[in-house]
Amino acid sequence: MTLWMDIGALTDIPQQGARVVKTAAGCVAVFRTADDQVFAIDDACPHKGGPLSEGIVHGSSVTCPLHAWVFSLETGMAQGADTGAVNSYPARVEAGRILLDASRLARRAAA
Amino acid sequence: MKQKLVVIGAGMASGRVLEQLTETAPDAFDITLFNAEPRGNYNRIMLSPVLSGEKTYVEIITHDDAWYAARGVKTVLGQAVTKIDRAAKTVTSAGVETPYDQLIIATGSAPFIIPVPGHKLSGVVTYRDLEDTNAMIAAAKPGAKAVVIGGGLLGLEAAAGMQLRGMEVVVIHLMGHLMERQLDPAAGYLLQKSLEQRGMKIHCKGATKAILGKDRVEAVLLEDGTVYDADIVCMAVGIRPEVRLANDAHLDVGRGITVNDAMQTSDPAIWAVGECVEHDKQLFGLVAPLYDQAKVLAQALLGQAAAFRPVQTATKLKVTGCDLFSAGDFADAPGREDIVFRDPARGVYKRLVIEGDKLIGAVMYGDTADGNWFFGLIKDGSDITTMRETLIFGPAYQGGATADPTAAVAALPPSAEICGCNGVCKGKIVEAVLAGANTLDLVRSTTKASASCGTCTGLVEQVMAVTLGDGFTANANPAMCKCTDHTHEDVRRLIKAGSLKSIPAVMQELGWKSVGGCASCRPALNYYLLADWPTEYQDDRQSRFVNERNHANIQKDGTYSVVPRMWGGVTTPAELRAIADAADKYDVPMVKVTGGQRIDLLGVKKADLPAMWADLNAAGMVSGHAYSKGLRTVKTCVGSEFCRFGTQDSTGLGIKLEKLLWGSWTPAKVKLGVSGCPRNCAEATCKDIGVICVDSGYEISVAGAAGMDVRETEFLIKARTEAEAMEIIAAFVQLYRENSRYLHRIYKWVAKVGLDWCRAQVEDPATRRALYDRFMLSQSVYQTDPWAELSQPDQLAQWAPMADLSLEAAE
Repeated sequence: MTLWMDIGALTDIPQQGARVVKTAAGCVAVFRTADDQVFAIDDACPHKGGPLSEGIVHGSSVTCPLHAWVFSLETGMAQGADTGAVNSYPARVEAGRILLDASRLARRAAA
Repeated sequence: MKQKLVVIGAGMASGRVLEQLTETAPDAFDITLFNAEPRGNYNRIMLSPVLSGEKTYVEIITHDDAWYAARGVKTVLGQAVTKIDRAAKTVTSAGVETPYDQLIIATGSAPFIIPVPGHKLSGVVTYRDLEDTNAMIAAAKPGAKAVVIGGGLLGLEAAAGMQLRGMEVVVIHLMGHLMERQLDPAAGYLLQKSLEQRGMKIHCKGATKAILGKDRVEAVLLEDGTVYDADIVCMAVGIRPEVRLANDAHLDVGRGITVNDAMQTSDPAIWAVGECVEHDKQLFGLVAPLYDQAKVLAQALLGQAAAFRPVQTATKLKVTGCDLFSAGDFADAPGREDIVFRDPARGVYKRLVIEGDKLIGAVMYGDTADGNWFFGLIKDGSDITTMRETLIFGPAYQGGATADPTAAVAALPPSAEICGCNGVCKGKIVEAVLAGANTLDLVRSTTKASASCGTCTGLVEQVMAVTLGDGFTANANPAMCKCTDHTHEDVRRLIKAGSLKSIPAVMQELGWKSVGGCASCRPALNYYLLADWPTEYQDDRQSRFVNERNHANIQKDGTYSVVPRMWGGVTTPAELRAIADAADKYDVPMVKVTGGQRIDLLGVKKADLPAMWADLNAAGMVSGHAYSKGLRTVKTCVGSEFCRFGTQDSTGLGIKLEKLLWGSWTPAKVKLGVSGCPRNCAEATCKDIGVICVDSGYEISVAGAAGMDVRETEFLIKARTEAEAMEIIAAFVQLYRENSRYLHRIYKWVAKVGLDWCRAQVEDPATRRALYDRFMLSQSVYQTDPWAELSQPDQLAQWAPMADLSLEAAE
């Protein structure tokens, strides 16, 4: 069941930027694109654990700051020649607030 | 006996139904037409030309009184139907009941009104019927001000119409680009630019907060605080199906009146057609599917089998001078590919969206001549594999079996324009090539083709290839990144030539192939723009690599290193104490002396950065920019102050140089060294810029390296005084800032442009002074301590997680 949880205002994240949400099982990176779409994926690159929230956001992709792997924010899949993926979580914006699916986050913590 | 047919609404759809019925079966029905507007059917989509004055109302009437009379259609105009009694099979209008055997609801749609304060003021209109149009025409006195809310198809047509009537028009649009349902951002941008060039003001991302005015409208207030004066406000933010009658009659209604394939509602005697219907969960706003519905409905009424199947529709904007076409589906999605053609100088943009072997969408701006051909390919689902390479050039190039792009260019007549900026035709390029211009640069310099915006470079090369055959080799200089075909050098040149002052403007004007660039071009563009337009461009933090964005070096574990500046490598006991205190307070795992004569605090957590910076600031220290493509350190030896061999005060000069240069952004990092004598203890001769002090002055050498490449600096010039040395070095740094490609260290750049050229620039007093002045202008903006800025109380939140769910999630 989807349980939408308010984690902050859309304006808390700069356009083409990210912030993290701390959970018991590590950080989730919440991204805001240039056209104000919001995506949530794990904040650790499967390659060497780089913080994806610190990457450059372009279109609906992010480039890991450590070794430049590129991930689709929509699917969490690594792009191009690299293979790998991070978990992605349902996120949406309602009345300027960012909502994450708390049930998915909780399952992540339990896993 | 004739059946009684009642039609509610005289719009374009019902008009078409009446035509079909009266043509195919003139005697089948006794028809009564009700219309709330005091007139019969007219071509509503031609209201725009009426508004702009290009047509009159009379010219757009489709069915006049004589037409109805000739076909025995009884008309009740200016009188709304208020009730449908399904049991009695009657409709009520002005208290009079009219019986029906078959009923057609064609009530169309109602404009959406945003319920902001003031929406009921006099002077606020929608754009739906002739009354609205006439209200806008009445308000149109030259110099009068109009605000249109909504930058969709209808809103822009209203805006253009009022502008043609001499009004000053502002369009407020909620979304990021105009006509977002029909256009992608690139085409929306071109449209906006073209409308702005005609003097229209476009305000995207604008949310209306209130319409201001006492008795009638005076101004519009936006959420962002902007106020636009207005004598008339036109709301064109969308429409919704007019379903009130159907609702009251308890017909099945979703978003529109639900109909089956035969356009029949949930009551078999009641039919619906046009914008008020919902078929297969879909609503319809464009005229083509409505005409299809009308045809189906007429057949169904006559007992023939017919089924409505919505087909793809195409949109054209009816604004004189704005050639715009869109059809099909052009959203980005997995498995879809784009073919894009841009010629920004001519204002031409074409984008084809391909899925598998089919064309599924097309957006065109500026040159829409081939629109219908593309639309045909979309509608028919044609396999485009064989013509894919030349598809974007349109039907003219699909004749022969060889779908070779150069064949298309070869087929162009000599008079075909290749370079729109400079008006160079193919013949002229061929002529130049035959006269010996066998490289792109030569063609550029002799014909000016592709020398301005550069978008036609590919075409020019194709013309050269066709002319030279095997003798042609394409430009070997690689493109900046996958997002563009331009080289770094081209992009720098075009940014200056075109006065491009923002990343989106560069991407648009130079035809970027990606949305939002990539991690490789965005930092480069950000640098080029801030270097070229120091006072106008606003540094884009989100286009910077993490180290420059966070003003600290990210380490492999996601922690950061903090390096305070130590001017010329000189520190004090107080500074050392403050550094030691900070290391203790924030549990710094490692304190290390760097090669650049300063101290590195490694392993700092991101959330601790601002507090640590504030502590170091309080002790008088600023950021050492150990993370930047910018001035890093000036390494010095102790010089004449203490050293028995020292010839000049090398430490003092080093400090002065560091204080002059710190905070400047450069294409790649810049390290300096100042040695007090030729023994060179500061290792100045392997730095980007090195100074060796001698008795007679200062020997300045440049382009050293001690990294992946190791090389000794080369002598640039000798300065007599400290002041002269400083001016030369600042001028040289500015020369590098203005001319190098991003990420090239000075030695790589000098290898490209030549040391002699560099020397000539800084030797000439006037050129040197101008470079120095431009450097100082940039410093007046950028020589600030980021630590002080980013540790302010209002900046603190961004360094911490936006939410902490670790406790909740654990439960």
